[in-house]
Amino acid sequence: MDDLILNARQYGNLLEGTLVTIQVIVGSFALGTFMAVVMGVARLSDKKWIRQAALVYIEFARGISAIILLFWMAYALPILFGAPSMPPMLAGILALGLNMGAYGAEIVRGAIQAVPKGQTEATIALNMTDRQRLRHVVFPQAVPIILPPYGNLTIEVLKGTALVSLIALNDLARVAQVIRQNNVISDSPVPLAILYLNVLVIYLILAQVIAQLFKVAERRSARRFGST
Amino acid sequence: MTRWDWDYAWEITPGLIQGMLTTILATLLGITVAVILGLFLAIGRRSDRKWISYPLAWIIEFIRSTPLLIQLFFLFYALPLITFIPEPIRFLSPLTALVVGLGVHYACYCSEAYRAGINSVDKGQWEASTSLNLKMTTTWRSVILPQAIPRALPPLGNYFVGMFKDAPQGSAITVAGVLFVARALQSADFRTVEPYTIAGILFLIVSIPAAIFVRSLERRTFYET
Repeated sequence: MDDLILNARQYGNLLEGTLVTIQVIVGSFALGTFMAVVMGVARLSDKKWIRQAALVYIEFARGISAIILLFWMAYALPILFGAPSMPPMLAGILALGLNMGAYGAEIVRGAIQAVPKGQTEATIALNMTDRQRLRHVVFPQAVPIILPPYGNLTIEVLKGTALVSLIALNDLARVAQVIRQNNVISDSPVPLAILYLNVLVIYLILAQVIAQLFKVAERRSARRFGST
Repeated sequence: MTRWDWDYAWEITPGLIQGMLTTILATLLGITVAVILGLFLAIGRRSDRKWISYPLAWIIEFIRSTPLLIQLFFLFYALPLITFIPEPIRFLSPLTALVVGLGVHYACYCSEAYRAGINSVDKGQWEASTSLNLKMTTTWRSVILPQAIPRALPPLGNYFVGMFKDAPQGSAITVAGVLFVARALQSADFRTVEPYTIAGILFLIVSIPAAIFVRSLERRTFYET
């Protein structure tokens, strides 16, 4: 049984990496959700140029792949615009957040379209503004439809956070790689299979936490917004 | 220093395209593994024998919830050190490790798509097969799967595109795909703008038409009952 665990110092390092991973996922989730709502609504705008701008963003941010976007953000973008180089944390959050926003926008758009059309007609009859319609009528009914796929998307982004290790951010995945590299000079090398299994289990736990949070949110939204 | 050097861009494009072909090759091999293995996983999960179906469900959940990158590290760095595994399986070339990693990771996704397809086959089809005294293998091969697989095709198409976007992660285990070439150019020439921008453009050129094709596949309905 002792063979399956690492020593306290290694767990300490993995914990530090886990905290960085959590920062990346929280930041990406915040940016991704903002982009998802804005672009999801923009996709259904009356104005054609807004719809098309949103579509270009979505196709670009989804099509380019998170890992390529990440390297481009971290290494090419600052030089291209003559800006100082970006801290890896910011590059990671930008790339993962923009990528998540594109997938999320499609979820938001689908959910808004799933709200019955009569609801929109009723708001027009009640002389509500577009903003009131979205805020008080459409969104409350769209949220329960959004939440289940959004939970899956968030877990996908959590898995994507491991990519930031490749641009030298000390997240969980990179801590594992550093331990592996230190093995070469160490007297008592860590069995790598055990190391990676531990890391995978930490990611599994984080994913389960996210899944549970979304389950709570689903129950709450069902209570608050009625039976839909 | 100019920010964008056209001469340099043209000079490196053939190498990046070469890398892209490797990325595409890894995707094609990986999806082949995924669609075949995924089907067996889906059938295994439906097994009446709990010692097959329970562990499979758990393994699928585990692989789906953890990063592909770490799984690739495991295959490439940890597997060769596990001494009780026979050597040809232990020592994988970078490309083989990537294909196995992508294949197994996406097989777990594909199995869910198949499962939904299988569940959508009417219960009467099973009952009819029983009453016709068909063997289990015949029921699967000639009755259930021909109805289930067409319904699983649109999500499988999405996973194909998704796998293509994950394939550059092979650069972390030295597969000479498009990202690996870009990173090599970065360390050789100290230039980043052209390699990564061209890599991104090449990616969009392949993935956007592929995504549009899959969406057109999705709109067609597969009713063959």
